[in-house]
Amino acid sequence: MCLAVPMRLTQIDGVLAVAEVSSVTRKVRIDLLPDLAVGDFVLIHAGLAISKIDEREAEETLALLKELTDEV
Amino acid sequence: MRFSDEFRDAKIVQSIAERLRNSACKSATIMEVCGTHTMSAARFGLKSLLPEGVRLVSGPGCPVCVTAPNDIDAFLALGSVPGAILVSFGDMLRVPGSSTSLERERAAGADVRIVYSPLDAVEIAANEPDKQIVFFGVGFETTMPAVAISIVSAAERNLANFTVFCVHKTMPAALRALLAGGEVKVSGLLLPGHVTTIIGADAYDFIAKEFSVPCAVTGFEPVDMMLGVESILKQRAEGVAKIDNVYARAVSPQANPRAGRLFDKVFEPCDADWRGIGVIPASGIRIRDGYSAFDARKRFAEVIEAVPIAPISECLCGDVLRGAMRPVDCPQFGAACTPSDPVGPCMVSSEGACAAAYRYGGD
Amino acid sequence: MVHGDSDRVLLSHGAGGRVMTDLIEKVFLASYGAHGSTGDDSAVLDVALGQIAFTTDSFVVDPIFFPGGDIGRLAVCGTVNDLLTAASKPAALSVSFIIEEGLEMRALEAVAASIQDAASEANVRIVTGDTKVVPRGSADKVFITTAGVGIVLRPGVSGSAAKPGDKVILTGSAGDHGTAVMLARENLLDNESVLSDVAPLTDIVLALLEAGCRVHAMRDPTRGGIAASLNEIARQSGVCIEIDEMAVPVKPAVAAACEALGLDVLQVANEGKMLIVVSPDDADRSLEIVHGRRYGEDARIIGEVRAAPRSRVQMRTAFGTSRILDMPAGELLPRIC
Repeated sequence: MCLAVPMRLTQIDGVLAVAEVSSVTRKVRIDLLPDLAVGDFVLIHAGLAISKIDEREAEETLALLKELTDEV
Repeated sequence: MRFSDEFRDAKIVQSIAERLRNSACKSATIMEVCGTHTMSAARFGLKSLLPEGVRLVSGPGCPVCVTAPNDIDAFLALGSVPGAILVSFGDMLRVPGSSTSLERERAAGADVRIVYSPLDAVEIAANEPDKQIVFFGVGFETTMPAVAISIVSAAERNLANFTVFCVHKTMPAALRALLAGGEVKVSGLLLPGHVTTIIGADAYDFIAKEFSVPCAVTGFEPVDMMLGVESILKQRAEGVAKIDNVYARAVSPQANPRAGRLFDKVFEPCDADWRGIGVIPASGIRIRDGYSAFDARKRFAEVIEAVPIAPISECLCGDVLRGAMRPVDCPQFGAACTPSDPVGPCMVSSEGACAAAYRYGGD
Repeated sequence: MVHGDSDRVLLSHGAGGRVMTDLIEKVFLASYGAHGSTGDDSAVLDVALGQIAFTTDSFVVDPIFFPGGDIGRLAVCGTVNDLLTAASKPAALSVSFIIEEGLEMRALEAVAASIQDAASEANVRIVTGDTKVVPRGSADKVFITTAGVGIVLRPGVSGSAAKPGDKVILTGSAGDHGTAVMLARENLLDNESVLSDVAPLTDIVLALLEAGCRVHAMRDPTRGGIAASLNEIARQSGVCIEIDEMAVPVKPAVAAACEALGLDVLQVANEGKMLIVVSPDDADRSLEIVHGRRYGEDARIIGEVRAAPRSRVQMRTAFGTSRILDMPAGELLPRIC
């Protein structure tokens, strides 16, 4: 456990939101996460956003990994 | 799919595999404590990317697999309540209790509905006021907030026909029991990344402090898992044991405060019966008195009490779950126990160690 | 009279009398015609001597109208595609209905119109059928059963004829139909773009046969997805089939939906794709032919046949690792764990 998929928020209305990935959408709840904005990426599990993806952290990690890969 | 695809990059995965081969730590038994990790490793064939001496074993992190037969039997018994609609995640449909399963009960006439979210179960209750909706609350801390929100929502909407049969279990207590038991000797643990989004990486500090076992909080894409293994090997090589967060894009050291407040409001800890392991103190949750109107165990206490105790079965899932035995070593694996005719949950659950081994040819 | 009398199907419509005759004439025959219909209980077909391919199928899809198609189109295409797998030219179909009392007449008319469209596209005639109406609750809206006959153009094309060295072509993206239907039926995810791929593959298959491509086996993956079909062929032929995961085309929305629900897209149904096992010398040419036909634009060579391990389907992942692609166990279920 547990299956959670990164999805992008396209609409927010209080604790309700719409999340989207590759044009598949789902009404979700965002009760656990303060300060979300349309365009944010969140992990969705069982219809609930459990974490906001730290995009900068993700990009930095990937950049570093790519650098290491190219060195090989 | 953004933030998924990039973490499946083949070149990056292979370069990490190369680094693993060059690691100073040449042998290790790493336990992943999450069924979704088992599935990921099997689906992407990650085990064959690991160096010779590095073994990946599956621990008791499949909430479906560790649901005790007694609990399944009790939930199934609720199907006989007049007007009952048994609502569950798809994962539980084919898991056998002592003698039957949700799937078989459905064939025998029970009204069984599969949902993706517990909130959908609340909607069913709202739309069918003459029915008695019982939701099977399975899952770890990742799933508990959604269930808590469902209970609160049902309360706010004054739904008289919605209850949860709660068999949720909590990770840290289970890990403590596993390590304290001494039977399982592992070089390191891959900790479940999504549970950790809720409880925070600091929740596992005791593993490093009390047991000196290196840990990596790990995500589920191939790159994530390889980084998790790399972290363990590095810690071993350096002779350290810490909780290394290699899923920092999703996980923080601190627990999610809103989830914590929800848990305090709706749940309280209790002992839980883990299939194949036994009772682990304070490793489960039950619904607090304030929300007892939504507790299936209270509303249907008589029905549940009447359910006979499950007999001891020949199923050796427990040994597999504790990492004490590989799927292929179980005498029933592939013979008496196959995905289409499973004996135990490790084979039924799509993320069970045995199902993964059978489907993908693991170990 | 049908339209004036009832906007729903009644038990009388299946009772064998005048009301039923009216239904048949005004809804079925008016849609997909009475080609060669003499009003007899059997259609009699003129066929040249040789081999006949004969197939039957039942269709119980829920919902009966889904994004990209409906049960009528499904019935025709499913049957036609089965006939094509035997390298036969579909000649004639029977279409029989079991209708639940109370089904809206409009729905039935739409299904009949769809059957006509599909039959016309597939260049096949509906020559006979049957109509029954059962009491409300005894059937789910409408069930359709078909049978089909085709004239075998090349004998010996069979799931048991795959040979080591053969290449495996998939004519397009995997998992479309099953995903579209699941999303339409269950309250899981909202779908704006996943469509069923239900389609007749007559053009593709006839073109390949006409060009003399040495096709050994064909299978149209339905329930169980390409995983099931590949396993069937591997077992029938006693060979190993190795698939390259990166070569299997999957539409992004289908991939995303399957990921979100924990489904293996390779186990999810198609209804408009063909797996073609072809001699390696004809593989590239075959692919080109498929590409040039409607419904084949996204075709790829996805794998090849080996001698061993027998009856096994293996898949090479993006990382060069290998895993077994097993026969699906049972019902496709969404997971959260």
